[in-house]
Amino acid sequence: MKTKFLPVVLGAALGVAATGANAAKLDDVKAKGFVQCGVSQGLPGFSNPDSAGNWTGLDVDFCRAMAAAIFDDANAVKFTPLSAKERFTALQSGEIDVLSRNTTWTMSRDTQLGLNFAGVTYYDGQGFMVRKSLGVTSALELSGATVCTQTGTTTELNVADYFRANNMPYEIVAFEKNDEVVQAYDAGRCDVFTTDASGLYAERLKLTNPGDHQVLPEIISKEPLGPVVQQGDDQWFNVTKWVYFALINAEEAGVNSANVDEMKSSEDPNVKRLLGTEGAFGEAIGLSNDWAYRVVKHVGNYGEIFERNVGPDTPLGIARGLNALWSKGGIQYAPPVR
Amino acid sequence: MEAHPPRTSLWNDPKARGIIFQALLVAVLSYLVFWIVRNTIGNLEKQNIASGFAFLDTTAGFGISQTLVSYSETSSYGRAILVGFFNTLLVAVVGIIAATILGFVIGIARLSNNWVISRLAYCYVEVIRNIPLLLQILFWYVAALRSLPSKREEPLSLFGLVDMNVFGLWGPKPIFGEGSSTAVIAFIAAIVITIFMRRWAHKRQDATGQQFPVGWTTLGLIVGLPLLALIVTGFPISFEWPVFVDTGPVFGRGFQLGVGLNIIPELVALTLALSIYTASFIAEIVRAGIQAISHGQTEASHALGLRHGPTLRLVIIPQALRVIIPPLTSQYLNLTKNSSLAVAIGYPDLVATGGTVLNQTGQAIEIIGIWMLVYLSLSLTTSGLMNWYNQRVALIER
Repeated sequence: MKTKFLPVVLGAALGVAATGANAAKLDDVKAKGFVQCGVSQGLPGFSNPDSAGNWTGLDVDFCRAMAAAIFDDANAVKFTPLSAKERFTALQSGEIDVLSRNTTWTMSRDTQLGLNFAGVTYYDGQGFMVRKSLGVTSALELSGATVCTQTGTTTELNVADYFRANNMPYEIVAFEKNDEVVQAYDAGRCDVFTTDASGLYAERLKLTNPGDHQVLPEIISKEPLGPVVQQGDDQWFNVTKWVYFALINAEEAGVNSANVDEMKSSEDPNVKRLLGTEGAFGEAIGLSNDWAYRVVKHVGNYGEIFERNVGPDTPLGIARGLNALWSKGGIQYAPPVR
Repeated sequence: MEAHPPRTSLWNDPKARGIIFQALLVAVLSYLVFWIVRNTIGNLEKQNIASGFAFLDTTAGFGISQTLVSYSETSSYGRAILVGFFNTLLVAVVGIIAATILGFVIGIARLSNNWVISRLAYCYVEVIRNIPLLLQILFWYVAALRSLPSKREEPLSLFGLVDMNVFGLWGPKPIFGEGSSTAVIAFIAAIVITIFMRRWAHKRQDATGQQFPVGWTTLGLIVGLPLLALIVTGFPISFEWPVFVDTGPVFGRGFQLGVGLNIIPELVALTLALSIYTASFIAEIVRAGIQAISHGQTEASHALGLRHGPTLRLVIIPQALRVIIPPLTSQYLNLTKNSSLAVAIGYPDLVATGGTVLNQTGQAIEIIGIWMLVYLSLSLTTSGLMNWYNQRVALIER
C-alpha cells in the first residue's frame, strides 16, 4: 500500500535515472544465484503463501520452473509481493527479473510500458459474484448495482465498458488491495464483486459464508494472464518464453515429473529434443541442454501445475476449459522444440 | 593624507569569495538536476517507456465513486486527476474546520475547573493522539460499515433529517432555483458592510470611547440580509429529499442513486478520523497557548473592571493566538497530507485516482511529479494564509 508503494516508485524513478537498459539479464541472474519473481499479495491458487510461509500457486510454479531451468533447483527463487499498482514499475526498474502475477496481456501494456509478455499461462475472463439472496441469475439484471473492484486493473475498465454498453447505471467503489475489496463486499458496501473469474472462485473462499454467494455465468472480457519481462533483452525474453513452451510441450508429449527419468531413454524424437538427449537447443538460449528435463523433474508439466493449484481437486475447483491443450479442446498451444 | 585600504586580490576579498563559492554551488546543483533529467529522459526512451504529459488528454475509461466536478468514463485522465484533487480539497477543508472547532473545545475543556470535564478532555487527548491514524481510519470505516443497516433494510434515521445506512449518509439536497443568486450577492454584501461597520465602530471608540454593539449587528447583517433577499425573491431554494424504495426490481430497492444528497461512507470515515485525530493535537496547542499567558494578565484586566468575557476576548485570546498559530499551521498541513491515507479505504482522493491513472498508463514519473506539485502548492497556500494571519496577530511593539 502507501507505505510500500512510494519506495518502489521512487526506487523506480531513481533506477530509471541512474541505470540504462542492462543487457544480459540471464548472466546477472546466474551470478546472483536466484530469480527475483514478482507475485501478488495473496491470491489462492495463483500466488499465495501457505501455512508454512512457502509461496504456492500457478504463477509461483512458473517462477520455480524458470529457476529449475537455470539452476536445476526449483527453490532458487525469491518472491516480491506486489500490488496491482506497483507491479509494472517494479519490473521497469529491474527490482524483479520476471513478473508472474495474474497480469492481463493488453496492447498498451505490451507496447507503451517497455515490457514484453512471454506467453499466456492462464486464459481467464472477467466475471461477477453476487449474494444468492438477491435472486439474480444474469449480469444483465445488475442495473443500478454498486460494484466493488480493485484499482489499477483491466477489471476496472471492463466493468465501466460493460455497464455503459448495456446502458445500465451503476456505482463503483475501487480499493487498492484485493483483501480490502473482499472485506468491503463482505460488509455489504456493494452488491457485486468483480474480478477475473478464477479470482472470484479464489476470493469466495475468504468470505464469511462462501456458500451464500454465486458467480454469475457471464464472462465479459478476455483476460489472458501471463509472465512479463523487461523489453530490450531478447535472451531473457526467450528463456521465459521457452520455459512456458516446455511446460506445454511436456504435457503434450506425455512427460510428467513421475516418468521424466524413464522418458529420457524414449525413442520419440520429440521427447528426445525436448529433454536434451538430442540436439543442443538449451545451449542456444544460454542454458544447459537438459533445461526442460530439469523443469519437468522439479515442477512438473503444465497439466500437473494446473491440477495441483487450481484444478477440480483443489478448493478452487476450476475445470481446464480454455486452458486444456489444443489437442484436447482447449487453446494452450506451444511451438515445437526443433 | 587619506588612508587607502591596501588593495587585496579578488581571492582574498571575503565578499567576492563568498559570491564565487555560492555561484559555484548553484552551478553544480543545476548541472546535477540537468543531468538527472536528461539521463531519465534518455533511459526512458531507450527502454521504450512512453513519457510526456500527452496521456492527460486520453480517455480514462474507469469510474469514480465521488465526483464534485462532472466526470464520466469517457472523460480524460487529466479530468480524473482533477476529480481526485477536488476530493482531497474537500476532505482537507472540512477536516480543518471540524478539527479546529473540536480542538478548541477540548483544549478549553482541559483547563476547566470542573474535574470530570477536564479529566475527560485529558483522556480524549491521550487516547486519540497515541493511536496510529491509519488504524483510526480503518476503525471508523470498518466499524461503521459493519454496524449499519444494509442497502435494502430500513435506514437509521437521525432526527428525521438525515438517514444512515451502509451506503453512507442521505439527506436533503438544496436545489438553487432562479433568483437564488440574489441571496448570495446579499450575503457577500453583508460581509463587506460588516467589515466597514467594524472599522467605523473601532475608530469611534478610539475617538469618543463610545461602544457599539458590533457582535449583534454582525449577526443581524449576515443572517438578515440574505434572508431578506430570499423573502423578496420568494424562496427560490427548494430541497430534494432522498427516495427510499422497498419494492420492485432488487437493484432498484433502497435509496435511489442520484436523488437527494448522498455522502459516501468513505468520506464520512476519513473526515471523522482525520478531524478527531488532529483535534487531539490542536487541543494541546490551545491549552499550551492559553497557559502561556501569565495569570497576572487576567487579574490586571479584572482590576481594570473588565468582566470575564471581554477579558478572555480582548486580553487573553489575542495573546494566546500568537503562541497558537505557528504550531496550528503545522497541524493543518499534517491533516492535508494525512488525507492521502484515503487509499486504505477506497476514497477517491488525489493519490487514489492518480494511482489508478499511473497504473493504466504506466507513467510513474509524471504522476509522481503531479502529486508532489499539488501537495506542495496546497501546503504552501495553507501556510501562506496562516503566516499572513500570524503577522496580523503578532505583537506590534510601539
